[in-house]
Amino acid sequence: MGMSLGFHIIFAALGIGMPLLMVIAEGTYLRTRKPVYLELAKRWARGSAILFAVGAVSGTVLSFELGLLWPGFMEKAGAIIGMPFSLEGFAFFTEAIFLGVYLSGWNRLPPFLHWISGVLVVIGGVMSAVFVVTANAWMNAPTGFKIVDGKITDIDPIAAMLNQGSLHQVLHMVLAAFIATGFSVAAVHAFLLLRDNRIAFHRNALAIALLVGGISVPLQIWSGDLSARTVARIQPAKLAAMEATYRTQNGAPILIGGIPNDDARTADYAITIPRGLSILAMRDPGAKITGLEEFSRSDWPNVRLVHWSFDIMVASGFALLALSIAAGWLWWRRRGLPDRRWFLCSLVAAGPLGFIAIEAGWMVTELGRQPWIIYGVMRTQEAVTPMRGIAVPFALFTVVYLFLAFMVVYLLRREFMKTAEPGNARLPTHA
Amino acid sequence: MLEFTVAGFLLLALIFYAVTGGADSGGGMWDLLASGPRAEKQRRAIAKAIGPIWEANHVWLILVVVVLFTAFPRAFAAIMTALYIPVTLMLIGVIFRGSAFIFRKYDSRAENVQNRWSTLFGAASFFTPFVQGVTLGALATGQIRVEHGTLTSGFLAGWLTPFAFLCGVFALGLCSFLAATYMTNDTREQQDVQNDFRLRALCSGAALGPIALAAFLVAKTGAPEIFAGLTQWWALPLIGLTICLALVALASLWWRKFSLARFAAIGTATLVLAGWSLAQFPYLIVPDVTIPNAAAPAITLRLLLIALIAGSAILLPSLYFLFYIFKGDEAAGSESREKV
Ligand code: HDD
Ligand code: HEM
Ligand code: HEM
Repeated sequence: MGMSLGFHIIFAALGIGMPLLMVIAEGTYLRTRKPVYLELAKRWARGSAILFAVGAVSGTVLSFELGLLWPGFMEKAGAIIGMPFSLEGFAFFTEAIFLGVYLSGWNRLPPFLHWISGVLVVIGGVMSAVFVVTANAWMNAPTGFKIVDGKITDIDPIAAMLNQGSLHQVLHMVLAAFIATGFSVAAVHAFLLLRDNRIAFHRNALAIALLVGGISVPLQIWSGDLSARTVARIQPAKLAAMEATYRTQNGAPILIGGIPNDDARTADYAITIPRGLSILAMRDPGAKITGLEEFSRSDWPNVRLVHWSFDIMVASGFALLALSIAAGWLWWRRRGLPDRRWFLCSLVAAGPLGFIAIEAGWMVTELGRQPWIIYGVMRTQEAVTPMRGIAVPFALFTVVYLFLAFMVVYLLRREFMKTAEPGNARLPTHA
Repeated sequence: MLEFTVAGFLLLALIFYAVTGGADSGGGMWDLLASGPRAEKQRRAIAKAIGPIWEANHVWLILVVVVLFTAFPRAFAAIMTALYIPVTLMLIGVIFRGSAFIFRKYDSRAENVQNRWSTLFGAASFFTPFVQGVTLGALATGQIRVEHGTLTSGFLAGWLTPFAFLCGVFALGLCSFLAATYMTNDTREQQDVQNDFRLRALCSGAALGPIALAAFLVAKTGAPEIFAGLTQWWALPLIGLTICLALVALASLWWRKFSLARFAAIGTATLVLAGWSLAQFPYLIVPDVTIPNAAAPAITLRLLLIALIAGSAILLPSLYFLFYIFKGDEAAGSESREKV
């Protein structure tokens, strides 16, 4: 399931971000009446259709896998967190229906209504993410029920949805989707501009993608800080693993990189920022941070993986921040789209960073929660299916996903190579 | 009472899935079976009819699953454990059906490339509803046993039986019949293609009768609960009505009353699923898991019901809008095209 999710999340993120780009492009067309924006909206819509289909099939697999892999979990948790999943079902409907309307309605709807159906696709996508991430947040901060003699009673699905983890995770995930989409799309168009930087089509595409990604990054750093502070409060073991903090201490440092060593309880070769962690997590340089030593060894997550994943996410975040600042600066200085070669090259290189951060961030959340499937309530082992030979379907799905990924990349490449032609109109002068 | 209402919604979603998503699968079957001088035209008509609505149709399946695990978590856990193998196979089918369809649309127009995707799409369209039928059938066999909340019958019980197999075959027949009947409505401007689909609808519709009869007879030993249900007093008029509707569908196909045929076909499918669920009532998994004993607490059910009603209030008009925009009579389409 970890693998299915890791695969699905890529398409989910694009499924949230691509419609936004497409709607912005069409909106700009409606305002400016420049055909190049219409062309752009159409191309992006075709891309969305491919991505959406793969997102839909991989999502279907997930909803069954919840039961296939963790019947024990669903049996207990179904009644508590089934709610957001059911609501998510309706969000999918909205998204699928209006994407259908959007794709087949170019000539059949008045332009404004057509644009509105695009907006509804965006809303549907964001709502899917909100609901499903709420369910995930509940696993981190389970609320809305009581356990009496090992039995779950007093269920309150609404309280479960409004758990303490929901707000920061939802914010962080939606922004992540915008960032990952914005920068990966920007990378594609930057790459094509490197060949010929006067193609209006790609210039406009780059401008929109960069705007969406660049605005989201600073917000994301803020929401990441919110996440970290909340995790410090509700899941101290996860925070300790993220920062490889073994010992409880006042004025704890931030450790960057290094090799966490569970036996020696140190992180070797790490870069240290004194008191950093206490300041960031508690807003107080002397604050006490709980270390892993407070928890029994059997309740530790895999410290190395969590710590490294966290560092990868944060590093990607700051790299993208640097790039966004550079873009803003250049744009402001030159009153036009930055199209210096070095800048386009770095955009291409940064293309995958958003997705890397998403995958790494999910590793932090999911591996950092281990060994619990529901934090403090149920262990992962208790939830897993009794079915033997799980390796067979696992291998099967891996092969299938690799095939799908390959096809999607291949088809999108086809779409983008085609895009160059009708948009070939060049700017008259060198910009 | 609450749990039965939610179960009713579940059945409704399943019926919607069968008559929309199931028919899309049927379209895939006819795509694979396209033959004769107009094979290419048939394929194109099918692709156009499924077009961008198959995803919306597919979401019904997802709705069935999420409502099942929210409202009947115990049944969900038991089904997913006992039927691990067929459900996994079905998922593979779902993946290939959806992706092959969309890949075909966006891949190269070269004939060999298109044919390769068509074959995959068609094969998966046969496979998926078959396994879905098998899975549903297995629930009725009475061989999946859950004692004290744990599954005791292993991973092979129920679905490897003749009854489940016949349910799979019936699902194939139903999907292909629905699809061919819809296609007669979608090909009004192409008489020759319409005739092809009319013939296909008549054949697959006629085949449903013997399959249903065989399933009924096998049910006597293979799914006794269903057999007992279908031989009760209320079943006779229901079965009679189902058969009548099926005959109406066939007759109106014969006399080329295609819109009537479509409604009658949908009615038949609805009654078949409703009759089956009534026969199995109140069991979700015969004989240990029932609607009341698998239900989530009342508060969950109540909220879910509110969500379902509110959701439907948004959903149904939107769906209608989609079908209207997409299938809407060409006149309406060209009218607004002129405005643009
Ligand atoms: C573009 C993607 C991206 C970027 C740039 C960042 N993150 Fe992130 N992060 C995610 C994408 C992400 C994510 C994949 O979306 C996660 C996984 C679960 C979640 O809700 O968001 C996540 C989780 C996550 C968590 C765990 C939340 C939990 O388990 O409840 C923390 C503490 C942070 N992030 C903190 C940060 C900080 C301090 C960042 C500053 C640079 C940062 N993230 C940048
Ligand atoms: C709503 C979203 C999600 C839900 C409900 C969810 C659910 C779960 C559950 C129940 C487990 C524990 C079982 C296990 O350890 O195998 C788990 C673990 C895991 N999840 Fe998630 N997850 C979600 C999102 C994600 C995403 C987006 C990713 C990856 C990008 C991911 C990656 C993983 C991994 C790698 C594990 C394995 C941990 C381990 O086995 O040690 N999850 N998830
Ligand atoms: C980790 C967070 C997740 C996010 C942000 C997310 C978001 C999304 C989005 C935006 C879509 C729309 C499809 C697209 O445009 O590609 C989607 C599809 C889907 N997701 Fe997820 N999802 C997540 C995890 C899950 C999980 C855990 C499940 C399992 C229950 C799931 C089930 C589905 C299903 C069934 C679909 C297909 C809907 C359709 O047919 O339209 N997702 N998801």
